[in-house]
Amino acid sequence: MNAVALPLQLSGVVWEAGGQRRLDGIDLSIEAGARTIVLGPNGAGKSLLLRLCHGLLQPSAGKIAWRGSAGAEAAGHQAMVFQRPIMLRRSVAANVGYALNLRGLNGHDRRARTAAALTSTGLSHLAAQPARALSVGEQQRLALARAWAIEPEILWLDEPTASLDPAATFAVEGIIEAMHRAGCKIVMTTHDLVQARRLADEIVFLHHGRLLERQPADRFFANPATAEGAAFVAGTLSW
Amino acid sequence: MMVAPGISPRSTSMQQIYDAFATALRLIVTLDPGLVEIVRLSLEVSLSAVGLAAIIGLPLGGAVVLFAFPGRRALVVLLNSLMGLPPVIVGLVVYLLLSRAGPFGVLGLLFSPAAMILAQTILVTPIVAALARQFLEDLWSEYADQLHSLGAHRGQALLTLLWEGRFSLTTAVLAGFGRASAEVGAVMIVGGNIEHATRTMTTAIALETSKGDLSLALGLGLLLMLLSLAINGAAYLIRDLAGRRL
Repeated sequence: MNAVALPLQLSGVVWEAGGQRRLDGIDLSIEAGARTIVLGPNGAGKSLLLRLCHGLLQPSAGKIAWRGSAGAEAAGHQAMVFQRPIMLRRSVAANVGYALNLRGLNGHDRRARTAAALTSTGLSHLAAQPARALSVGEQQRLALARAWAIEPEILWLDEPTASLDPAATFAVEGIIEAMHRAGCKIVMTTHDLVQARRLADEIVFLHHGRLLERQPADRFFANPATAEGAAFVAGTLSW
Repeated sequence: MMVAPGISPRSTSMQQIYDAFATALRLIVTLDPGLVEIVRLSLEVSLSAVGLAAIIGLPLGGAVVLFAFPGRRALVVLLNSLMGLPPVIVGLVVYLLLSRAGPFGVLGLLFSPAAMILAQTILVTPIVAALARQFLEDLWSEYADQLHSLGAHRGQALLTLLWEGRFSLTTAVLAGFGRASAEVGAVMIVGGNIEHATRTMTTAIALETSKGDLSLALGLGLLLMLLSLAINGAAYLIRDLAGRRL
């Protein structure tokens, strides 16, 4: 997939709420290619960072800029999967079709893309089932199918396996891998070190709303550059 | 009041009520033409008004949730306040608008079912809109991020919310129907309670009671309650069955 919207450039991004600075001076460039895992303890600002990048929140200060265009145009090149995705009160296939309909796809293309996305995520046999009747793991796969169908250039994943059992986690990670192989940039938050080791090409490490490290994954886990990073890898970092 | 020896005024009064009930049941069971005509017109007026109120009120309630505009909070307060709009005031205003000297007098709608539908629509729309807004606000807080993420603009999000909340929104519509079907003041003023033309169940009940003909009043009252029960029951069943499927 050719990069159209990436890289995404964050310059001095700040986000405040209730008088508290929850993200502080984030400078980050997100390029196509490598799987980026945003690591950090609870409350570090991982989800906030993804929501800002995805455009669900606006920064209190600083700038978020897509390549050569405004964010509105870039919105068509990205998708996001939440920890608890919302399933619409309609069938599995209709949930995927809804996302495609918003992108202006006509009936034939919509059906073809829906079928392909459901096949890729192993949900074809559930296409006619009500989406809300699926298990949590199946719903997360459907959320990925909905994202995959729109063929995003970048996929934001906010702790997508946090509430899943190991089998469902394995299935979801498989789909994420497949999307990455298909050329989709993956940016995912987690506080699960084992999962991060499995999936990450590079690590963005946050603590108390500040970006402390950005490293290739093997280097981060072998030799963190900051004391906080080392403590997090060792499992001794306090909030 | 003169009563036979050994019979108390209370037992005579109870006998009147029993007789009235018996006559009322006979009118219902035999499908008395006068009764059927009144029931049919009442349903036409109330269902039309509720349909129009739903068409206006549901999107209005959703728009108040999704769109930011000056005076939004004032509109919320206004809608909530208008839920308790006095029917006689609405009747009076519609009367003035539709009377021969009024701005819409040329339409010749006064003392017609159309005038009654208009009055009831004005009464019911704020109820539907205010209840819809309350429900859709909760739904929006749940759906907002997901719909934004999928790329839905405000108009698309509004349609989606209305569809997603369709089973719960029936409660708002039913509340509107309850108001419309029980309403008497406005339809009396703008309809005139004209026999074979604008007489509804509620206006007929008021008239027959004042005339002392309790049989027809009771029969209509029973039917009004049964119809309300049937419509609410049907809506509940549909919502329950459909909700289980989805």
